[in-house]
Amino acid sequence: MLAKRIIPCLDVRDGKVVKGVQFRNHEIVGDIVPLAEQYAKAGADELVFYDITASSDARVVDKSWVSRIAQVIDIPFCVAGGIKSVADAGRILEMGADKISINSPALTDPSLIDTLHDEFGQQCVVIGIDSFFNEETGRYQVYKFTGDETRTQQTTWQTTDWVKEVQQRGAGEIVLNCMNQDGVRQGYDVAQLKTVREVCNIPLIASGGAGEIQHFIDVFKQADVDGALAASVFHKGIINMDTLKATLIEAGLAIRERQVINKGT
Amino acid sequence: MQNIVIVNTGCANISSVRFALERLGVRVTVSAEHDVIQRADKVFLPGVGTASAAMRSIGEKNLTATLQQLQQPVLGICLGMQLMVASSEESRTGDIPCLSLMPGQVKKLNANGKRLPHMGWNTVTHTNSPLFKGIDQHSYFYFVHSFAVPDYPQTLARCDYGSTFSAAIGKDNFMGVQFHPERSGDAGAQLLTNFVNL
Repeated sequence: MLAKRIIPCLDVRDGKVVKGVQFRNHEIVGDIVPLAEQYAKAGADELVFYDITASSDARVVDKSWVSRIAQVIDIPFCVAGGIKSVADAGRILEMGADKISINSPALTDPSLIDTLHDEFGQQCVVIGIDSFFNEETGRYQVYKFTGDETRTQQTTWQTTDWVKEVQQRGAGEIVLNCMNQDGVRQGYDVAQLKTVREVCNIPLIASGGAGEIQHFIDVFKQADVDGALAASVFHKGIINMDTLKATLIEAGLAIRERQVINKGT
Repeated sequence: MQNIVIVNTGCANISSVRFALERLGVRVTVSAEHDVIQRADKVFLPGVGTASAAMRSIGEKNLTATLQQLQQPVLGICLGMQLMVASSEESRTGDIPCLSLMPGQVKKLNANGKRLPHMGWNTVTHTNSPLFKGIDQHSYFYFVHSFAVPDYPQTLARCDYGSTFSAAIGKDNFMGVQFHPERSGDAGAQLLTNFVNL
C-alpha cells in the first residue's frame, strides 16, 4: 500500500525556521538543521523547506543550508522559494534536495516547467499554487508573490485551469496552498481540494489549515490527497507525530509508522 | 576500510547517496574513471532522470564496458537499477538498450488507473535476499518513478501499485533497487549497510 504522507513544512528566512499567520508576522521557531533532523527522527514522511523571502526579493539567497540538511536527514525533502531558472534548480538538486518547488516564477514563465521536466525529470518538479477563494465571484484564483504582502498579486488564472496547465507541462506533484485557511488551524479546505483533485492526476498535497488530528483524517478521506502539509501544529507541539500517525492508522488510512529495525534476524 | 565508489553518472541524486553512506561511517569516492571504479570493493550506480539521458552519459564517459565487466557487488538505485537490465521503454524513440547486466525490460508502470508518478512510501515484500537482512516484510521504502521492471525470475523484492513490479532485482554480483534507500529512513539505512557488508 502506498502511504499517505505527513509533510511538515519549515518556512526559512536567513537560515532560521520561522512561522507567520496568513503570511504575516513571522516569528523564529528554531535552527533549521536540528529541526529537520528532529522531524525526520519523529517519523515525518517528507519535509518541505520554503524560503519565504526569496521569490519576491531580487537578492541572491544563500542556500548552503540545503546540503547541510541533505547530510543529516534520511527522508526526502523539497526546497521551495527563489528558484527561477534551470541553473537555480540544478544547484539545489546537486546540493542533495530531492525535489524543487516553484510557484511565482512558473506563473511568470510557464515554459520553465517544461524545461525543468526535460532537464531533471518529472519526479522532482513540484508546483506550488497559492489559491484564494473569492467570495464575491465564487471562484478560486491563483495568486503570486505571496511571500511579500506588499507585492502579492492576483493572477488571471483560475486555480483548476492552472492545475491542468502545469500537469500538461510536466509537473510531477502539486502543493495546493489554500490561502483562506493558512495559519488559522481551522481545517484544510476540503471543498477546494476535492475540486482540484478531480482535475489532478499527479500527486496532490494539501496545505493550509491543519489544527487538529481530525483535519488530517478529513482531508485524506474526503479529498483523497496524497499528502498533507502542516507547519505550526508541529512546530508548536500541538500535534505529536506518533499520536497523529497512530490515529490515522486507526481511521483505516495507509500510514508509515516509525520503523523499528530488528538487527538480529 | 572498504573502498566504496559511486559511479558519477552525472545524475542528480549522487550527493544524497554519498551522504547516506557517510552517515553509516563509510568512506566514499565519486568517480567516472575506469580504474577507480574497477578497483572498488563495492560499486553504487545511482540515477534519476530518463534512461536515454543516463545511457548517453554513460556512453560519453566510455563506461559501458567498465560496468559490464565488474566482478564486485554493484547496487543500482532507482534509474541506476533500471539501467542494469537489457532495455528500457523510457525513450521517445522506442526501446533503448541498457547495460544488460541481467535480463529484463523496463516498462511503463501499469498502475491500473492509479496516479503516476508512483511517488511516496510503499510497502515491500522480499525474498529473504541478503540485501534485506533484518528488514521486516512490508517495511515502507520511498519510491519515485513512472517506469518499472515487471515481476520476473530476477526479482528479489516486490511492490504493488496497481500491479506488482520489481522493487529489487539481482543476478550474480549485480543488484538493484527501484526505491531510494538513501531516503528510506531506517529500513533504507539497513539495506545500505547490508550491501556494504556483503
